[in-house]
Amino acid sequence: MNRLGRWRGALTVGVAVAAALVLGAILLAATGANPLEAAGAIVTGAFGPDGIQDTLAYAVPVAGMATALAIPLRAGLVNLGGEGQLVLGAISAVAVGLHVPGPLGLVAALVAGMLAGGLYAAAAALCETRLGVPLLVTTLLLSYPAMSLAAYLVRFPMRDQGSSLPQSAQLPPDVRLPALAGNGLTVGLFLIVAAVAVYAVVDARTPAGFEARVTGWGPRFAQYAGIDRPRTTLRLLACSGGLAGLVGAIVVLGFPYRFIDGALITPQYTWIGLLAALLAAASPLGTLVAALFFAALTSGGFAMERETQVPRELTAVLQAVLIIFLAATTGLLRRRRSAA
Amino acid sequence: MIDAALFSSALGALTPILLAALAGALCQRAGVFNISLEGTMLVGCFAGVAGSWYSGSVWVGVLTALLAGTAYSLILAVGTVTFAGDAIVLGVAVNLLAVGLTSFLIQTVFGTRGSFSDPTLPGLDPVEIPLLRDVPFLGEVLSGHSALVYVSWIAVPVLALVLYRLPVGLRLRGVGERPEAAASLGVAVDRYRYGVILAGGALCGLAGAQLALGNVTMFSENMTAGRGWIAVVAVMLGRALPWGVLAASVLFGLAEAFGFRLQGIGLPQQATDAAPYVVTLLALFVFSARLRSRRATRRTTVT
Repeated sequence: MNRLGRWRGALTVGVAVAAALVLGAILLAATGANPLEAAGAIVTGAFGPDGIQDTLAYAVPVAGMATALAIPLRAGLVNLGGEGQLVLGAISAVAVGLHVPGPLGLVAALVAGMLAGGLYAAAAALCETRLGVPLLVTTLLLSYPAMSLAAYLVRFPMRDQGSSLPQSAQLPPDVRLPALAGNGLTVGLFLIVAAVAVYAVVDARTPAGFEARVTGWGPRFAQYAGIDRPRTTLRLLACSGGLAGLVGAIVVLGFPYRFIDGALITPQYTWIGLLAALLAAASPLGTLVAALFFAALTSGGFAMERETQVPRELTAVLQAVLIIFLAATTGLLRRRRSAA
Repeated sequence: MIDAALFSSALGALTPILLAALAGALCQRAGVFNISLEGTMLVGCFAGVAGSWYSGSVWVGVLTALLAGTAYSLILAVGTVTFAGDAIVLGVAVNLLAVGLTSFLIQTVFGTRGSFSDPTLPGLDPVEIPLLRDVPFLGEVLSGHSALVYVSWIAVPVLALVLYRLPVGLRLRGVGERPEAAASLGVAVDRYRYGVILAGGALCGLAGAQLALGNVTMFSENMTAGRGWIAVVAVMLGRALPWGVLAASVLFGLAEAFGFRLQGIGLPQQATDAAPYVVTLLALFVFSARLRSRRATRRTTVT
């Protein structure tokens, strides 16, 4: 991309952010709050001394899912089944963690989460390469049975006997990730950072990463160049699902150290992660930055609600509006370029 | 186990899915991959309840839902058609926006969190069909549904007629199959795509009204609970054909109602929840296998 193109790209993002902010200010004023005060609360809530911990705690699953979904996206493959892989990884990690004692149990739980998510995503890939059903469809369709299975397990066989809620028993103290803060932030943070680093290196420096990018530029060209498409699909999906499963394991191995039905779905980690990956065109660093930005907006929203009584859902609205503006303006940019 | 009440409840359960799936099929035919059905339906639910509550008339509520669904789908239309944005990005964003927006509005408009219901909130009344009502089995199954259920039944043949028997339908399918060819023949591709997305929004609005004013009389956060995604799946399974979409929706409705019965004898609800997705996946395997073998035979006969 030449310098002019890059300037125009930055300008587009700037315009989209500004438009979303103006709309947010109008919405805030409509609810009777002071927009500046609310914006200040968001910023201190997201980056202040206490806020930064909440931002990081929320950023771990979001950035993890964003990276997981970016991996196949690099080759133009959309994995819509992140929720199922995430939940399956989480429930497998708890199942293993409750039965294998000691530090070995912790490692086994993490591996189990990765394996469960990875194998499930690989199954979706095989449905495309062997049975001819599009990946977009198989990943989405397989996602819901996985969530139902986890919901069933946590209600019946794995239910915490002393509780009336659909939740598993608590993991023993030595099968827990060491905490970095009191809000659920664990050393899982470093695992996600490592995953992003590995993705960045593989993407930029290895034949496998190059093959994925070439497939993303043009699947038919890639085939002509001798890239084995079914194998690439299978490998990318296994990595994607494996990381999604690992994210699930990291979440349940942190506070409150158990699987609670819906706790991984309600915060919309997967969809926000997918949007971060889509907006950054699956570039490793861009995906991370977008995921961190969304995490900051969300934790800032909680602070805004505490201080100004404006419902925190407003930040979810802002987030979606921003994405819509960005998607629309990048589309416009693409259309102009192809017309020129 | 199997009686008239089972089929009757299946018809109620499938209506929101059917209306949304018809919207998806219409968009698919014009070459728009619409995954915003879930969010648009949710906006319809909220607008229906709000309109019904403030006017005191359920029909104003239905109209509000219809208009809100149409207006909301304008985001997707402007984003994908005018600005050529990615339909999947926009669809996912529109769904997220709907969850955030309705949760935000339920607090600012109704001043509660989570859900809103009131005994005086007007809902859709059952409509008894004069002669049909007295037919022994059929009467019990087919009569006594909300008016929107009957609207959805009429919508299927109407859509089939428009798509396959009218010039406008031919052009619309042309826009979906070969946009360049359609444009070269003077068909305004963008205008057709705007049309289907907005019409789809209206249908999703009605789906939301049926869900929030017909099946139940309340609004709760994220109450569509994946029905819009099931509708996307129904479009795939029904291959975007109006009657095919109806068949897929009936299958899902029956599975839901039957599963509800089976829960009485100990089958977990989660098995029923998963059923539509598993059934669809299996059906797609069969379809694609048959399609490939047919293609293979054709290739051998030609060469």
